[in-house]
Amino acid sequence: MSPEFMNIYVIPGAMMLLHIGVLVGAVIGAVAYMTYAERKVMGAMQRRQGPMLVGPFGLLQPIADGIKLLSKETIVPTQSNKPVFIIAPILLFMLALVSWVVIPVSAKLVVADLNVGILFLFAVSSMGVYGIIMAGWASNSKYAFLGAMRSASQMISYEVSMGLIIVNVLLVTGSLNLTEIVLADRPVWMQVLLFPMLIVFIISILAETNRAPFDLPEGESEITGGFMVEYSSMSYALFFLGEYANMILMSALTVVLFLGGWLPPFGIEALSVVPEIIWFVLKTCLILFVFIWARATFPRYRYDQLMRLGWKIFLPLTLLWVVLVSGILVYTDSLPQ
Amino acid sequence: MFVQYAKSFLLYDIVKGLLLTLKYMFFMPRVTINYPYEKGPISPRFRGEHALRRYPNGEERCIACKLCEAICPALAITIEAEPREDGSRRTTRYDIDMTKCIYCGLCAEACPVDAIVEGPNFEFSTETREELYYNKDKLLENGDKWEAQIAANLVADAPYR
Repeated sequence: MSPEFMNIYVIPGAMMLLHIGVLVGAVIGAVAYMTYAERKVMGAMQRRQGPMLVGPFGLLQPIADGIKLLSKETIVPTQSNKPVFIIAPILLFMLALVSWVVIPVSAKLVVADLNVGILFLFAVSSMGVYGIIMAGWASNSKYAFLGAMRSASQMISYEVSMGLIIVNVLLVTGSLNLTEIVLADRPVWMQVLLFPMLIVFIISILAETNRAPFDLPEGESEITGGFMVEYSSMSYALFFLGEYANMILMSALTVVLFLGGWLPPFGIEALSVVPEIIWFVLKTCLILFVFIWARATFPRYRYDQLMRLGWKIFLPLTLLWVVLVSGILVYTDSLPQ
Repeated sequence: MFVQYAKSFLLYDIVKGLLLTLKYMFFMPRVTINYPYEKGPISPRFRGEHALRRYPNGEERCIACKLCEAICPALAITIEAEPREDGSRRTTRYDIDMTKCIYCGLCAEACPVDAIVEGPNFEFSTETREELYYNKDKLLENGDKWEAQIAANLVADAPYR
């Protein structure tokens, strides 16, 4: 092997693999402890204790749950379309991980600094619907099919308003690159103008990731487990991981778009002694807390209410905001170059 | 009309609900306990697992009057008795079928010598049905094991009996 070959392909390749490995490990670990945090926070809000038995304060509970899930038998229904049935959770989980490559965890730490990062992210997250549709169809079960239908229409509906909200942010920052979006100069009045969009975005990502109060695709009380109803063991775990990885991804995206990514909050210089990555993680945790908080607070929406909210309220509102923001930007001559 | 629109667009009710759950999270005491390590309070009158008591000199209290057997509404108690060598009346068999028992406490109330009592123990589940057919040995053993607490409970309840 020639030294050039080593320098050009092998070493950067190994570095990239290492980078990806660390990222995937971190995401899976975060997912595990997200489930723990969810149980603890929801417990506290319902005046319970949450898991307490495995390890100190139940800290090893997610590991015990993981081992339990993996050691169970995978059941594939006889009437199902087996290849599609098996591929669906893998696809969903893979897509949830792929999107992470463009998320800038700090100024330097990003696996792929794509110039069209936001488009890539949006495209990949839209593809998640395929995993769900495939799961619902291949299960050959009524509940799974209904859940998949609901999920697909819900995700498509909310993606429209999410797209328009992202357009708002892009108008202000003038870049599709997530790192540049974070670094873009944003005056305070612009932050105030974008604040309603942050709220709408958070509500939209709740719907996008099929979380309560928009968890109709799962809808335990009406369609048992929705598209996941026929899945067990490892394949179920993959759905679970995918769902939570998506939640964390969407929170990270919110942080990048609205909360200034890895920068210290409110532009306070003194706070930059704390490493950038810590700020990023803290801000992401804040949004994730909102996810859990909303789940512990609100009852599930009815399906027509969900659709009404998406198409009749969020879509006109975000559209109006796009016009408003671009109008203001043109009027004050502060469009980014 | 306008107020309603303003309220729904400013998420008035949503924020109110969120603040309520936040209040519950931080300012309300937990209502659950960490069961196997923490246990809830128990009244001195608590009717748990049965026990046959002894006098401080080691002599068993039961005089085989069979009042408990007679009063037991679930017919869970079976007693056989014979005079002992020293002439005192004692049970040769004292069985309680814990699967029949309804924990009404009538046996303890009927007993003239406070021999059969229901103690404070409520954690006596078993893996087989047979283990729940208690015989005299098991009941006496329970009595020895829980005597301190049973005696304290009887003293606490004495003014009301």
